[in-house]
Amino acid sequence: MFEALSFGDAGWGDELLYGLAVTIRLALTALPVGLAIGFVVAGLSMARSPLLRMLGVGYTTLMRGLPEILTLFVVYNGVGLLLGRIALWYDPAAAPPAFSPFVAGVVALSLVFGAFAAEVLRGAFAALDRGQVEAGQSVGMTRGMIFRRIQVPQVWRFALPGLGNLWINLLKDTSLVSVIALDDLMRMTKVAVGVTKQPFTFYLAACLIYWALCVLSELVLARLEARANRGVRRV
Amino acid sequence: MTAPLILSARDIHKSFGSVEVLKGISLDARKHDVISILGASGSGKSTFLRCLNMLETPTSGSVTVHGEEIVLRNGRPQSMRQIERVRSHLGMVFQQFNLWTHRTVIENVMEGPVLVKRVPRREARERAEALLARVGLANRMDMYPSQLSGGQQQRVAIARALAMEPDAILFDEPTSALDPELVGEVLKVMRALAEEGTTMIVVTHEMAFARDVSSRVVFLHQGRVAEEGSPDEMFRAPRSAEFQRFIANFR
Amino acid sequence: MHPIDTLQAAWPALMDGLWITLQLTVFSSVLAAALAVPLALVRVHAPAAAQAPLRLYISFARGTPILAQLFLIFYGSGQFRPLLTEWGLWSFFRDPSNCALLAFVFNSTAYQTEILRGGIQGVPPGEIEAARAIGMSRVTALRRVVLPHAYRIAWPAIGNEIILLMKASALASIVTVFDLMGQTRRIFSRSFDFSIYLWAALLYLAITAVFVVLWRLVERRLSRHLAARQAPLPAANPRTT
Repeated sequence: MFEALSFGDAGWGDELLYGLAVTIRLALTALPVGLAIGFVVAGLSMARSPLLRMLGVGYTTLMRGLPEILTLFVVYNGVGLLLGRIALWYDPAAAPPAFSPFVAGVVALSLVFGAFAAEVLRGAFAALDRGQVEAGQSVGMTRGMIFRRIQVPQVWRFALPGLGNLWINLLKDTSLVSVIALDDLMRMTKVAVGVTKQPFTFYLAACLIYWALCVLSELVLARLEARANRGVRRV
Repeated sequence: MTAPLILSARDIHKSFGSVEVLKGISLDARKHDVISILGASGSGKSTFLRCLNMLETPTSGSVTVHGEEIVLRNGRPQSMRQIERVRSHLGMVFQQFNLWTHRTVIENVMEGPVLVKRVPRREARERAEALLARVGLANRMDMYPSQLSGGQQQRVAIARALAMEPDAILFDEPTSALDPELVGEVLKVMRALAEEGTTMIVVTHEMAFARDVSSRVVFLHQGRVAEEGSPDEMFRAPRSAEFQRFIANFR
Repeated sequence: MHPIDTLQAAWPALMDGLWITLQLTVFSSVLAAALAVPLALVRVHAPAAAQAPLRLYISFARGTPILAQLFLIFYGSGQFRPLLTEWGLWSFFRDPSNCALLAFVFNSTAYQTEILRGGIQGVPPGEIEAARAIGMSRVTALRRVVLPHAYRIAWPAIGNEIILLMKASALASIVTVFDLMGQTRRIFSRSFDFSIYLWAALLYLAITAVFVVLWRLVERRLSRHLAARQAPLPAANPRTT
């Protein structure tokens, strides 16, 4: 039963490993994009203008209320159709351009991540002691300096536990892209199952790999949190 | 010969919603002045101090610092640039210290000069070391604020304000958040600064400091200046009933 | 096709799907809630060694994608078909809806157990002592004091978990269950009419919105004894000294 999981020609170990690499690449690409979205949306929902605030709150409500798989299909099919239409408009004879599943995955996952991250960041900014900002103002720092040098470094401390959970969710959500034919860990497992006819063995293996990723992430996050809290607790 | 004018506030009003906290306060600070602002809690003294560097925006009135009048329009500063410039000429020491928790002691002191005044890091570091030695914390430079006592943190905050080489330093109840046994070390540093001729505006409850160290005392009552003058006169022969009652509580 | 016409044409199918989605969500969250009670009590009271298998299960269920859990159950069961047939269980595992339900219960039980554990640990010990002091048995105290209070503490978190579960139920469509998502995908694959996705999105948002309102109503009822205590909160004092 286990030789099917070995590396090399006989087994599927290297194929799964390839899928794992795609999974990790996907998550690592969506993370910074999602964080950027999160910062922008958090900024919107804390803005002075009611219109901008509504925009920010509307975005988070929408994205958090939709099933991730629906978002993925909307992005994949919607953008695909849109690209096709634009191509036809330019050149009726052209073949419809392909929309890469990887890009669709990154876009959908970071849209979702961004909505949840915005909430975490908003809470974190609110948790920051106002005196920290005032001290910056009192030496004549600009808003930008205060944001970069005081708020952002400190906001991590409050945001890290929440963002850590979101990262773990992101890792797990990457499995959805297998549905739009991206060769991630989940889909490579499916391919292996199709050939070997050992679904339980292979899906269990996939589960164990995801599990290992999550546990590893938790360990790293605990480290990061300890680091972010330096200077706060007495040593 | 009178010393040059450092800061001048004219007819400052401030309302929070429908509550008028400041009802027209004026104050001139000249070089080397040490002005103590006294008053019961709720008298508006902290709000007034925070209006001087625009941490609170006055509802009306004007503030002139470093020969530059801050322009307000529709209850907002017209130019944030100007506000930032003015603030860099005024240091501030807070009741709760407000040291940046994610930076070490020396980084707290260096941050303003490096970022705002664009002093080269090397130079800023040397100056910060000298300032920390002056407030008696030469051996705490690489610690984080949370590792220090309240008195030590407040002395770092004073060094942070000094590092900007301000025209004057505003103190917002600098000893009110401290355990009684730590008040002395902070007052000692402030006293030394006063003797060296630093211009200081101090909101405080420390009567001894107001009487012995300051060159002038301003007593606020319900958003107005109820009495002001030299500490000698005021403490020996208070003119207003409010100030009489106020100091009676401290004897 | 005009989006309104799309909706009209798809309405019956969407309603069928919606019904399946609601059933999946309600059944799996209720089953998980029932399982979570004894498991949470084990997490609170059992010695650490006895908890090890439970903690392993919780870590696994929360550390792996629901989709992988669903595939493990639905496709994985095929590997044991002869055995399952022999035990008379194959007809259960052959049905994707059953497998989806099983996967969601498996997943949500882990989350609800941890949420409820937090709730139980949040009950002030004095309340339990008071219950024991007036002569309640352990079981009565648990039933009348600890669990009601724990649920009140955990209520918002459980609500969040159910919304997550409702969203996750859309994954059932991938193993050919025709829930709201499944119907939507079927209609799209026939017509390539993109607006169907937007209608589905609206329906999902509507479910969430209705659920949030209902959940808050119950929450207010559960905590009505707290209302009197919260009313005379002093107004926030701005810094004016």
